[in-house]
Amino acid sequence: MYDAGKIVPGLVLFLAVVTFPFWLNVANGTSSAAPKLELPKGYTRCVEATPVMRATHMELLNRWRDLAVRHANRVFTNSNGQRYVRSLTGTCLGCHRDKKQFCDRCHGYMGVTPYCWNCHVAPKGGAQ
Amino acid sequence: MSLDRRGFFKLAGLIAAGTAGATALPAIDQGHQAGPEPVPSHALHGKRWAMVVDLAVCRQHPGCHACIDACNTAHNIPQIPDPRHEIKWIWEEPFDNAFPSKKTPFIKPELAAGPVLLLCNHCDNPPCVRVCPTQATWKREDGVVMMDWHRCIGCRYCMAACPYGSRSFNWVDPRPYITHINPDFPTRERGVVEKCDLCQERLAIGKPPLCVEACPYQALTFGDLADEHAPVRKLLDERISIRRKPSLGTEPQVYYLV
Amino acid sequence: MLEKALSGNRTYWIWILFLALVMLTGGLCYLKQLETGLGITGMSRDVSWGFYIAQFTFLVGVAASAVMVVLPYYLHNFKVFARMTILGELLAVSAVSMCLLFIVVDLGQPQRMLNILFHPTPHSILFWDMIVLNGYLLINVIITRVTLLAERRGEAPPRWIKPVIYLSIPWAVSIHTVTAFILCGLAARPYWLTALMAPRFLASAFASGPALLILLCLILRRVSTYDVGLEAIFKLAEIVTYAMAINIFFILVELFTPLYSRVPDELEHFRYLFTGLAGHARLVPWMWTSAGLSVLSLVLLISPRTRRKVTTLVAACVLGIAGIWIEKGLIMIVAGFIPNPLGHITEYSPTIPELLISAGVYAVGLFLITILYKIAIGVREEMEG
Repeated sequence: MYDAGKIVPGLVLFLAVVTFPFWLNVANGTSSAAPKLELPKGYTRCVEATPVMRATHMELLNRWRDLAVRHANRVFTNSNGQRYVRSLTGTCLGCHRDKKQFCDRCHGYMGVTPYCWNCHVAPKGGAQ
Repeated sequence: MSLDRRGFFKLAGLIAAGTAGATALPAIDQGHQAGPEPVPSHALHGKRWAMVVDLAVCRQHPGCHACIDACNTAHNIPQIPDPRHEIKWIWEEPFDNAFPSKKTPFIKPELAAGPVLLLCNHCDNPPCVRVCPTQATWKREDGVVMMDWHRCIGCRYCMAACPYGSRSFNWVDPRPYITHINPDFPTRERGVVEKCDLCQERLAIGKPPLCVEACPYQALTFGDLADEHAPVRKLLDERISIRRKPSLGTEPQVYYLV
Repeated sequence: MLEKALSGNRTYWIWILFLALVMLTGGLCYLKQLETGLGITGMSRDVSWGFYIAQFTFLVGVAASAVMVVLPYYLHNFKVFARMTILGELLAVSAVSMCLLFIVVDLGQPQRMLNILFHPTPHSILFWDMIVLNGYLLINVIITRVTLLAERRGEAPPRWIKPVIYLSIPWAVSIHTVTAFILCGLAARPYWLTALMAPRFLASAFASGPALLILLCLILRRVSTYDVGLEAIFKLAEIVTYAMAINIFFILVELFTPLYSRVPDELEHFRYLFTGLAGHARLVPWMWTSAGLSVLSLVLLISPRTRRKVTTLVAACVLGIAGIWIEKGLIMIVAGFIPNPLGHITEYSPTIPELLISAGVYAVGLFLITILYKIAIGVREEMEG
């Protein structure tokens, strides 16, 4: 190999830089600490079962958005036949009143920033 | 595409069920695939919504902004001091600016002086809808020219196409300019176009547009032109009405009684 | 072939570094625009398109003008353009890339740009513009790459490239026609509502684009050993002359209708441009400068003595490009919005960040043209040397 003396240390340095965030999390002990969500009190079930919501709430919300805004189709019947209004701020945040202790905890942990909140207003008048 | 999505949901449900140790969960929210959902029975339905503005009533109450204020507050309209960046859903203009083709030097003085209430005309043949490259704006079956702020890419083609100046663009983040945010209605973010949506969110729960309800003098009448017994039809039968720039063929649906 | 762009003299690298700095400045300003919104430009509720869309309009013309060398060379077998054709095609690649960038920097929500593809909307002219511009870029990239590769191997280009080249001719016309249709189909804007818009755009394009190509060929004669030949340059100058004459004729024709018919809706825009309206006259000096430059350019072009002399031809090209750039890249878009549909006048000037972002896009275009010409010339020199 030509220039192995430069290429190998270069590759090692590259890998070190690329994997730096993982090492940092390990060093801080934050890598395995799953977020603790504060669930609304007095409710046992979301509009669908928890595993479904956890895995697909973003898909559900995308569909709710299109159906409500674009098709004026605002009533959602879940798999148990219960009916809900398709509304992020009305239905979802109606129970999950504390966005910071619920949505943000998991989104922050996952490093995602959904743009819902650029426009939709969380309860308690927070400008978030 | 819908099949893919359905497949995705089933898969997601199965995976989730596997981890939860339960039996397979049903797919969620199939939406319109199962046919239209029942709409709440109290929603207002129309075939061709229209608005009639009685300018004579407005003239009797100069300085009254009840409709504008109600709309601004409910819809989180920012009050931006720089006129270049203004957001307007419903506002006032002098007669000559509202009806440039009706300019005449010897018009009734009070007509020329009296302000004209302007809003989106919810045209039957809307040029903004024709030009939008993403279908972020479209005409609903009831005639409302609707906007999807989630989809708008901010190209502003609709603003160039609107002959009535009814569309505003969010040149800056609007939130700092909203003194009191109404949490029941979204704000907008910088980079999207917006306009009056004829209070479709109120029509869905059986209420007329807010400006109509807010006017203390009943200067605004809202109704379905397809219904021959509707008050809007009665007014248009009895009084002389004009529309803004009818020669352009856009078929504006806001009628003005002079 | 890219390695040809990696070797160059001191001047070459200083030029590349300069372009990189302008691109960096533009990029930083664009980040600022993304963060705060398009409010950092001079655009407004009334003048909702400005400098960006105007540059786009001008550059579509430059891109389309490649057809003025492609058509004589490939369709009429006009051998004089043999060394110039590739330069015209590469100029089109660079210009159409700038067009696409100018549209992107004008979007309020660029991260949602692909909605145009996810929700195709054939009744929107912008949808078709997206198709013709990207198609034109692809066609020219394919043509130039295939012909250069073949040349490098000392072979004739593959036969299948011929139909692609023929396709590029009507396609070039289509990009400027569709761009004109964006504007001239809007009942709300009487200034743009004219069927002459597309022909006018093509005439000004076929004047300004080849004029720019003449200047580029003359620069190449100085900074490299690549010479397209004075005969080719003077032939192209003739094409510029005809296009410029037609362009000025179209402008006069366009002026006659509102001035004689005196329909106020349309006349007011022209009054704003030539005399000012209700005390607002920001574009008046620009309008007259543009008219003067175009006429002066035509005078220099018409006389064979000045047209067939490099110094005066350079002057004619510079004046002509400047005149058309002011007309298309400053006035055409803005004047459609003044006065607005309600009769109000809001004037417009681009802001410093807006100009720096535009300069950044131009630097991208110049960077592309520099390395593309370097590669093409490198390949040719390799073959000849």
